[in-house]
Amino acid sequence: MSTTLAGLTPVCRLADLAAERGAAALVDLPDGTQVQVAVFRLHDDEVLAVQQLDPYSGANVMSRGLVGTRGGEPTVAGPVYKQVFALRTGACLDAAGYAPVEGHDGDLVAYPVAVADGVVHVGPPARP
Amino acid sequence: MVAQRLVEALRARDDAGTWHVDVFAEEPRLPYDRVQLTKYFEARDADDLALGDRSLWADPLVTLHRDVKVEAIDREARTVTDRLGRTHPYDELVLATGSYAAVPPIPGTDLPGVFVYRTIDDVAALRGWVEQKRAANPARPVRGAVIGGGLLGLEAAGALKALGAHATVIQFGSHLMDVQTDLGGGQALARLINAQGIGVRCSSATQVMRPHRRTGHVGRLEFADGGRLDVDVVVLATGVRPRDELARAAGLEVAPRGGAVVDLACRTADEHVHAIGEVAAVEGVCYGLVAPGYAMAEVVVDRLLGGQATFPGADTATKLKLNGVDVASFGDAHARSEGSVEVVWADPVAGVYKKLVLSDDARTLLGGVFVGDATPYASLRPMLGATLPGDPSAYLLPEGAGAAPQLELPDDAAVCSCNNVSAGTIREAVTQHGCTDLAGVKACTRAGTTCGSCLPLVKKIATAELEKAGITVSKALCEHFALSRAGLFEAVRVAGLHTFSEILDRFGQGGRGCDICRPVIGSILASLGNGHVLAGEQATLQDTNDHVLANMQKDGTYSVVPRMPGGEVTPEGLIVIGEIARDFGLYTKITGGQRVDMFGARIEQLPLIWKRLVDAGFESGHAYGKSLRTVKSCVGSTWCRYGVQDSVGMAVRLELRYRGLRSPHKLKLGVSGCARECAEARGKDVGVIATEKGWNLYVGGNGGFSPKHARLLAEDLTDDELVRTIDRFLLYYVRTADRLQRSAAWLDDVEGGLDGVRAVVLEDSLGIGADLDAAMAEHVAGYEDEWKAVLDDPEKLARFSSFVNAPTTPDPDLAYVPERGQKRPATPAERGVLVAGPVLTVREPQPEEAR
Repeated sequence: MSTTLAGLTPVCRLADLAAERGAAALVDLPDGTQVQVAVFRLHDDEVLAVQQLDPYSGANVMSRGLVGTRGGEPTVAGPVYKQVFALRTGACLDAAGYAPVEGHDGDLVAYPVAVADGVVHVGPPARP
Repeated sequence: MVAQRLVEALRARDDAGTWHVDVFAEEPRLPYDRVQLTKYFEARDADDLALGDRSLWADPLVTLHRDVKVEAIDREARTVTDRLGRTHPYDELVLATGSYAAVPPIPGTDLPGVFVYRTIDDVAALRGWVEQKRAANPARPVRGAVIGGGLLGLEAAGALKALGAHATVIQFGSHLMDVQTDLGGGQALARLINAQGIGVRCSSATQVMRPHRRTGHVGRLEFADGGRLDVDVVVLATGVRPRDELARAAGLEVAPRGGAVVDLACRTADEHVHAIGEVAAVEGVCYGLVAPGYAMAEVVVDRLLGGQATFPGADTATKLKLNGVDVASFGDAHARSEGSVEVVWADPVAGVYKKLVLSDDARTLLGGVFVGDATPYASLRPMLGATLPGDPSAYLLPEGAGAAPQLELPDDAAVCSCNNVSAGTIREAVTQHGCTDLAGVKACTRAGTTCGSCLPLVKKIATAELEKAGITVSKALCEHFALSRAGLFEAVRVAGLHTFSEILDRFGQGGRGCDICRPVIGSILASLGNGHVLAGEQATLQDTNDHVLANMQKDGTYSVVPRMPGGEVTPEGLIVIGEIARDFGLYTKITGGQRVDMFGARIEQLPLIWKRLVDAGFESGHAYGKSLRTVKSCVGSTWCRYGVQDSVGMAVRLELRYRGLRSPHKLKLGVSGCARECAEARGKDVGVIATEKGWNLYVGGNGGFSPKHARLLAEDLTDDELVRTIDRFLLYYVRTADRLQRSAAWLDDVEGGLDGVRAVVLEDSLGIGADLDAAMAEHVAGYEDEWKAVLDDPEKLARFSSFVNAPTTPDPDLAYVPERGQKRPATPAERGVLVAGPVLTVREPQPEEAR
């Protein structure tokens, strides 16, 4: 990986993640805040991360959703009400007839990820 | 029936809740379907005849007074008085009292053993009498006679035959069903009925019924021509008379042949009193069929809501199957129209009689009669009054003798006469309302929801419309698999595949699956015995709940349900559960399936909780899976005064046998120890009810969104027969049902319906019985407790961490408040702004590690 690691926080080893499932991580951002992030290891060992908070239930559960693809693009399904989100962008692709909990955006925040020497790093979102 | 329809239509249309309806019923039952009365012999259960959705009677704007006959109407005061002497005020009154069975003026109709055929009680009394007569003289068959050769008489004769009695139909007129068919049709019908072992005697006037010398019961019929017939039981089926006594007593006009006279708005001379159904004489004419009665109910509802509907006149077309013989007629069956011509096809050898009545130029269809083969009825009846393309005889020739022209029904052609649905309405359901299958069209239009005889035609019209719109009804699971679940199951089984990647390579359409197909394949692999559901790649297929073997709740914590087979639990077991709930701060509740649910367990606590449960002898309850949940039972013959079999013992045996079985949807079973049915087994996918001789097996019940009563599959089974039958039923369902299809919906869809399933599981009609038996034996032998296996495997245990970089740190956002001595999740208002984190934590994380 050639991605710069500046500003990214090491979270776990790649080997700690099961393929085609997610895991939750506590990530300290450079601004001093701590966020819960859902980290997913895909079939080809690419790692992607989105917010752990499910905007449709308000619970911190996104890491426990099912991983799949839509038109070849990786997705995760919300564990509570089964929305489908694009893992690369966080965009909600199918709201399954639900509206997000009040005060939440229907899309997920995607976090940049870099894997270096078998260690997964997660950084602050490009636009908070 | 028409009153039920009136209430249903009113509640569906009266959005503002303007009307409150009191319904007074003389019988102690919910309204039931008299048209299907003969079915009562098969089902022996009044519930199977229930009409419509019973939640109608739970509507706060509807009050059903059962067993409360109204005795008088005071039109001045606008009140009715019931049999208990209570008065009830009304704004508008609707008479829907129906009719009673007519008793012909023949001496002897009051003898014991003479019955009418009108209500469930009549039918039950008739059955009791026949059984009693058989017991009194088992050496010879019980001899029955039916007076009246119309529709009802033939049904009654069929019922007698079904009870094992001899039956002879006595018809005063020249031929059977003389209202609906002509002489030729009636004669063909008599031959077919004869061939069923039912005697037919036409042009016979019964003069007197004589009592038996010794018993005083009915014993002999004597006819005007001097003939005699010895009998043990007589059923009177000589027609019905309107029950208009309330209208008479209230001073309302009554037609010469009975029935409260109403106008086309179904209103009597008193503007606040209406009459519908068989008691109503619309402009002097009474209708003895259900469809006109339904139409009248709709008219009154429309008027109550301020509309201007009028009774459109009645379609007296009839199509039925009598003792396996098709009979249908419509329009001018007797060719009474001036100058009409008849085209007849008669084949006495094959037992077929078909006739069309046409206008004098032989082009316009005026009516028809079909006996023995009613195939042309469905497509021809809607053409009544229209010009028939081509040679009329082409419609009557046997199939294959020359193709009849394809008929395109006009939009205004009535397809479902019970609910007055036209072909155009069915087409609109597809084109305007987006229905894509028969079920959708039925729900949208109500076509085919009453007698069901038009369903093939409804399906044909809907399918043609879908094809026109370019829609092929796809069975594909999702974008990754073009197969249906059942197709995929067979494919995986036959190809002997064992991993998701193999299945994707072999049958996939590209991509890595999704939340639809992954759990389906997870379930298929589990049903086919591929080891632990969290082993290797299978773990990636499990839905959120199965992946951690617990049920996720709204705040992301889980509930934990240990198995309690048959709802049985020891005091020690209860104490362990209580201690665990207390130590981990879990909310506890009894489930509907007779076990204990513990809520609020965090993901990282699950293995700690289950370690203690497994050590105490508990195992997974699979509350999280599309799999066997529970086998509910009543206490049965071991303790109960009324129990006739050991229902708990059987429930435990079944639950231990099927635990861990993965299926297309959740599976629930129930076992009751006697007919009182305290286990509510008929609300389950598989319901078992004890009889004196063994067990009755019911299938296809469920609670939930659209509750269904399970239907009888087999009677009086021994323990081992019961288990084998359930084995096959469950595996046949597991293999062929659609994704998330409960057994009730599957029974509607599967080839041959309930009868088809009975043939497969009891008679092995597909020759797969041994295969199903072997597969179930493999399931039983291969069972292991999923939770114990997780506790023994460090790799699987690693999945139960809260954070990959802080495995035992609780989710900091969880917050609870106390309620009724336990905890519950805080509401957003109680916790302030959600994203700001917890403002209220009532319980510190428990020191469970210190255990």
